[in-house]
Formats: sequence, C-alpha cells, structure tokens
Amino acid sequence: MSRLPSPSPDATAPTPPGIRVRAGRLAFGDKVLFDDLSVDLVGGRWTCLLGPSGIGKTSLIKMIAGLVPIPAATTIECDDGRALNGRIAYMAQQDLLMPWLSLIDNVTIGARLRAGRRAAPDLAARARGLLDRVGLGARADDRPAACSAGMRQCAALVRTLLEDRPVVLMDEPFSALDAITRVRVQDLAAELLVDRTVLLVTHDPLEALRLGHHVHVMSGRPARIDEALAPDGAPPRTPTDPAILAHHGELLSRLLAAST
Amino acid sequence: MTSLARSGRALVALVLGPLIIWQAVVWAGVEFYMLPSPTNVAIALAENHELILSHAGTTYLEVVAGLALGTALGAESAMIMSYWRPARLWLLPLLLIGLAVPVFAIAPLLVLWFGFGIVPKIVVVALIVYFPVTTAYFDGLRRTDPGWLDLARVMNFSRWATLRHVRMPAAMPALASGVRIATALAPNAAIVGEWVGASSGLGYLMMHDNARTETARMFAALVVLAVFAVALYFTVDLVLRRLISWQAEILPSKE
Repeated sequence: MSRLPSPSPDATAPTPPGIRVRAGRLAFGDKVLFDDLSVDLVGGRWTCLLGPSGIGKTSLIKMIAGLVPIPAATTIECDDGRALNGRIAYMAQQDLLMPWLSLIDNVTIGARLRAGRRAAPDLAARARGLLDRVGLGARADDRPAACSAGMRQCAALVRTLLEDRPVVLMDEPFSALDAITRVRVQDLAAELLVDRTVLLVTHDPLEALRLGHHVHVMSGRPARIDEALAPDGAPPRTPTDPAILAHHGELLSRLLAAST
Repeated sequence: MTSLARSGRALVALVLGPLIIWQAVVWAGVEFYMLPSPTNVAIALAENHELILSHAGTTYLEVVAGLALGTALGAESAMIMSYWRPARLWLLPLLLIGLAVPVFAIAPLLVLWFGFGIVPKIVVVALIVYFPVTTAYFDGLRRTDPGWLDLARVMNFSRWATLRHVRMPAAMPALASGVRIATALAPNAAIVGEWVGASSGLGYLMMHDNARTETARMFAALVVLAVFAVALYFTVDLVLRRLISWQAEILPSKE
C-alpha cells in the first residue's frame, strides 16, 4: 500500500492534533445560524458532518479554516496547543482548479508557490503518481476545461493530498462524482488520509458511514451538533455491512427529523 | 455553403453596398471637391500611394508605440492600485481628471514639451489608452473568484504570490477587454495628436489636403487609416486570444 512520503518535520506534529470548537457563533444580522456550538474533531480520525442545506456546515468548516472572522467568544484550538494556521488543507465543493494551469501544475501549486525553486525535487513525480492513482495519469498535461467534473474533483483531491497537512477539511468533495467513481475516490481518500484529522461535510449518510470514525448530524436553528455515531470497524467500510445499513436508517430518520 | 464563403459574401456586400450608394450620390450631382467619387479616390490612392503609405508609417508607429506604452502603464497602475490601498485613493481621481481634460486641451502642451516629432503623439495615444486598460484590469483584479482566494489563504500563499499567480492570471480576460477598447481608440488619438502639430502622419496629411481641397487624396488617406485600424484591431484580438487560450476553453465559442 503506497503512503504519501513522510511530511516535512515542521509541517506535522507526530500525531495530527485534535480540534476543539467551543461557543461557535455565526449570525448574519439578526439571523442566527448557530450559537454556542460545540464540536470535537478527534486527532487522527475522520469526523463526518451531516445536516440539511443552509444549516451552516460550510460556514463552520470555513470558520475552522480561518476563512471567516471568528467571533471573540468562540474558541477553536488544537489539543497540542499549537496554532492551526498552516496545518490545514482545504477542499471545497467546487474544484477551484485554475483554468490556465495544466492538471499537474494545478495539483502542485501549493508547494510551488510557497517554496518556489526550493520545492521538493520529487514533487512532480509524487504528483504524477497520485494522478495515476485517480486515473488521471494520461491527463496530467491537460487543462481542467478538457476534463469532466468528476476528473476535476479527483484532481482537486490530489491537490489536497499533496498539501500533506495534518488537518484536512473537506466540504462535500465527492458530490459531483458518479456512483462508481465516488466509491473509488472515497477509498483512495480514506487510504491516503488515514491518521489525519479530517472533517468531512457531506449530504450522503452512506458516505459518512463508510468513511467516518465519528458521524454527527447538525440540525435546528440555532443549530446544534448531536452526539457522534461511531460505526465499528476501520474505514472505508463496505456499504453492504448490515450494521452500516442499520446506522444508515437511523441517520436518515435523524436527518428527516432535522429538516422538519 | 462553407462559412468562409458565407463570410466572404457578407464582406463583399458590406463593402459593395456603401460604395454603390456613394457612387450614386456623386452621380446625383455633388461637386467633386465636396465628395469625390469612389473611382476618384481609388485613382488618388493609386497615384499617391507612396506618399500616403509613408505618412501611414508615421501614424502606425505612433499608434503601436502609444498603445504599448499606455497598456504597460495602465496594467502597472492597476496592479499597484489593487496591491497597495493608498494608491487607490489618489490614482483613481488622477485617472478621472486625466480623462476629463480633453486631449485637444493638453495636446498643444505636449507639442510644446516634446516638439513636433512623434513623441507627443505617442504620449497622447498612451494617455487615451491608459484609462480603459487601467479600469478594466483593476476591475478584473478585484473580482477574483472568492473560492480561489480562500484556497490561496489556506495554502498560505504570500500576498504577492496570490496576486502574481492567482489574481493576475484570473484578471487576464478583463485586461484583454480593456486592451481591445484601447486598440479601437488608439488610431483616433494619434490623428488628434497630429492635428495639433505635426510634420508627417495621416492626420497631418488630411489637414493639409483639406486646406487645399485635395478631397480625393484626403479620402484616400481615410481609407488607408480605416483599413489600418481594422487590421490593427484584429491582429491585437488574435494575439490576445492566443495569450488567453484557456478562456476560450471555458467559455462557449461565439459563433
């Protein structure tokens, strides 16, 4: 099984940090999306977050990523006491590939722009290896416009993996993929991001149950995050596992309750 | 019918239609020094083509140099304005003042400062070109997809790297629209510059011929100017589309 080459020492602590969010608050004017929201991302584990559209999942992920201003009362901290900035990779709903760059230049953009000519000499080889794994080996020199939405999302995943950060925040990364590609890419992500602290926002309960160590439902207004459901076994789990199917039913009823 | 044949026929209709009307108006009894006939203009063009082309060369040089200078300055200003806040506060008003003052008003000054040669005309062209290029590019730089900026932030790009590798390439289509408008304005600006004071150039030739009612040659110079302006526009457009080939890939082609 191929793992990513070991990351540079200052990029990752020996174990990826757990992240604690307390008193999370997000309001647009007097419309309060969530207030006093708490959630724990266990270090080195996958946490999946389900919930109806518009509940504030994307805002929460952006808050943790430091992309929206954090209210004074809210605390977001790592359990190793170090800052979160610089230790996050982020994958949005859109692929956010630059249309003027080839796929290979897109997936290596992080390291290239941070390090310039000092970028690791094996960067391109690693990138091509990962593109191969998602079935894009032959398309490495194509521009994004020449690729399907699924291929572009795979390229975005490769870019996220190449960032090689201990914490990975993913916002519905696989929703644009067809069913078969989705399972393949989920497996790949689970394999390559094993032992990272991952927050995966998704609409798909089955996806959450296949990939998550902890599965939460976010619901209500102001929104709350419920107690985690923790499916047995190591991800990626087989979707036909009866236990998974039972959990699936429970999650669906929780989501149904949340949307009424 | 192939599209080439179709556009060929459209072109013939486009040129021939006005020519026929023009000729008809002349036959209806307009004096030749008021409006020469197309044949008169063609003869004037054939007889004076060396003279007209040498003047056109001057104008061509002024337009191309002014366009290059104005575009470079405009792009530079837009980058400074988007990177450094204080620049926005004084460059933008300056830009508007520069545009509000008519070129006719400052052109004599430029002649006074830079003489009768091509330099004041290059400056006039650059001044006219500067505004559309600066505003278009500045707008483009401000309107980067927020998702890309989010990504740049999480990836810890420096401000400079974000500008150079995300915002600038993303704003290239906006810069290109500015340059297209600038290209359409540039020949105009050069002619205005030449009217104020020049010893060569198509604008100079036209003024000269107008004063001597050499109307046919003046029209011949106009025809050369028109052809030059159209050729310049399509050349610039072609170069821009080559430079931003990725834009054609993400937008449906305009048929």
